[in-house]
Amino acid sequence: MHSVHRPACGDAEDNMNTIYILWLRQLKKYIRSTPRIIGSLGQPLLFLLVFGFGFGSIFKKAGGGNYIQFLVPGIVAMAVVFTAIFGGIELIWDRQFGFLKETMVAPVSRFAIMLGRAFGGATVSVIQGLAVLVISFLVGFRMSNPLFILPAFVFMFVTAFFFTALGTAIASKLTDMQAFPIIMNFLVMPLFFLSGSIFPLNTAPKAMQILGRLDPLSYGIDGLRYCLIGASALNPWLDLLVLLGFSLVVLFIGKHLFEKMEA
Amino acid sequence: MAIIEVKNLTKKFGEFTAVRDVSFSVNPGEVFAFLGPNGAGKTTTIKMLTTLLEPTAGEVKVNNFDLRHKRNDVRRSFGIVFQDPSLDDELTAYENMEFHGILYGETKANRLKRIPELLKLVDLFDRRGDLVKNFSGGMKRRLEIARALIHTPKIIFLDEPTVGLDPQTRNHIWSYVLNLSKTEGVTVFLTTHYMEEAEKMADRVVIIDHGKILATGTPAELKTTTGTESLEEAFLKLTGSAIRADEASSMDALRSQARMWGRRR
Repeated sequence: MHSVHRPACGDAEDNMNTIYILWLRQLKKYIRSTPRIIGSLGQPLLFLLVFGFGFGSIFKKAGGGNYIQFLVPGIVAMAVVFTAIFGGIELIWDRQFGFLKETMVAPVSRFAIMLGRAFGGATVSVIQGLAVLVISFLVGFRMSNPLFILPAFVFMFVTAFFFTALGTAIASKLTDMQAFPIIMNFLVMPLFFLSGSIFPLNTAPKAMQILGRLDPLSYGIDGLRYCLIGASALNPWLDLLVLLGFSLVVLFIGKHLFEKMEA
Repeated sequence: MAIIEVKNLTKKFGEFTAVRDVSFSVNPGEVFAFLGPNGAGKTTTIKMLTTLLEPTAGEVKVNNFDLRHKRNDVRRSFGIVFQDPSLDDELTAYENMEFHGILYGETKANRLKRIPELLKLVDLFDRRGDLVKNFSGGMKRRLEIARALIHTPKIIFLDEPTVGLDPQTRNHIWSYVLNLSKTEGVTVFLTTHYMEEAEKMADRVVIIDHGKILATGTPAELKTTTGTESLEEAFLKLTGSAIRADEASSMDALRSQARMWGRRR
């Protein structure tokens, strides 16, 4: 491809620049909006405290062990997922307030734009997840092996990437924010509850277990649980593989929708 | 050699034909005005010329690049100021400029030179560190004009750049634009509702209505052919005086939603 006003430089470099600047934009906006940071910590913390202390003794009596230990990976994932899906859906605002057009007329690939958004949304989500994790130490949560924070980041990031890409794919088909509550109530919440986030899937009814296995988030949470408390239902490598598979699928669909989108 | 060459351009949305078999060409360095009532097809045409909408039929060459096959070369050839603001309110003026520069692959040295230069040109250099959400409508528009020029485009599209601004600001904006077309040698493609502005600014004018071109020429030629005193009268004579329905917009509803969700102002 020839450039018009400057010496030709590689498409790969162009794409890296595009991804970088969209990622940076997302991060800057996040850091600047304190109300948003605090606001989106509210729900996970409410879940952590109410469920954690409310069900703790029953869980223990039923032989499940320390419920806070079990619950925290699920709640960390919750903070990650909610921030991520929102980061994807934000595309609607960029479209309505015009900023999307600025990126759509730029001489760069739309896939790079989408990737930049997804990485930005995922980074922000991981920070939110980390914030919840830190707070959970205050209510008595302990990691089985602090070194496993690194693979935990990987699981958080891939989970976040999946949900940001999913949000972006959905948003590229929507024109206004009216659909947001529908997405939350009929997609995100069911995915969250069926993922084994707040109760163990392996003691649930068979039908629920099957639904849980179809839920990408269940693999994210299972892997995260392995990293944080050293216990999981599946092999964490399998979790990662399945999660990556789901991410590639949604990325492929999202790419298709995003490229066809007219601003 | 024309810098924009449009042949038999057509855009259909389902059954509705927004732009019908339109042909025209724009010469390098000229100020070219696209005039028409609401819903005439101005914005649809600009969106097609700027790769935002796929034409249903027709041929377009921008800066000698074919619109269908050399999309990114076309994109590098122009800068655009949209009808509605397209800045990121939560970034500063400088960051908005920097974003554009990086997106268009400008080198760091180039950005460091070009961005302050352009911000000074539109009198926003002193406000470069302010968040755009604190800017007035006129300031935002000036910033968008400056931003559109970072990558030294050959053409700048201005879609109703002065709508909703007071006369002082409008005058200012036009003097910036004229200044730019002189100093940078940029071709200006504009649409406006204000006929006095078009008459003052434009070298050549196209009048479009219901997706069809009604007349092309210099403002003086249009006045002569229609036998009128001003471009406004010529415009009314050509397009009739029936009042047009404004384009339906979900913008207001959306803004209130956004407020409810606590983002932006």
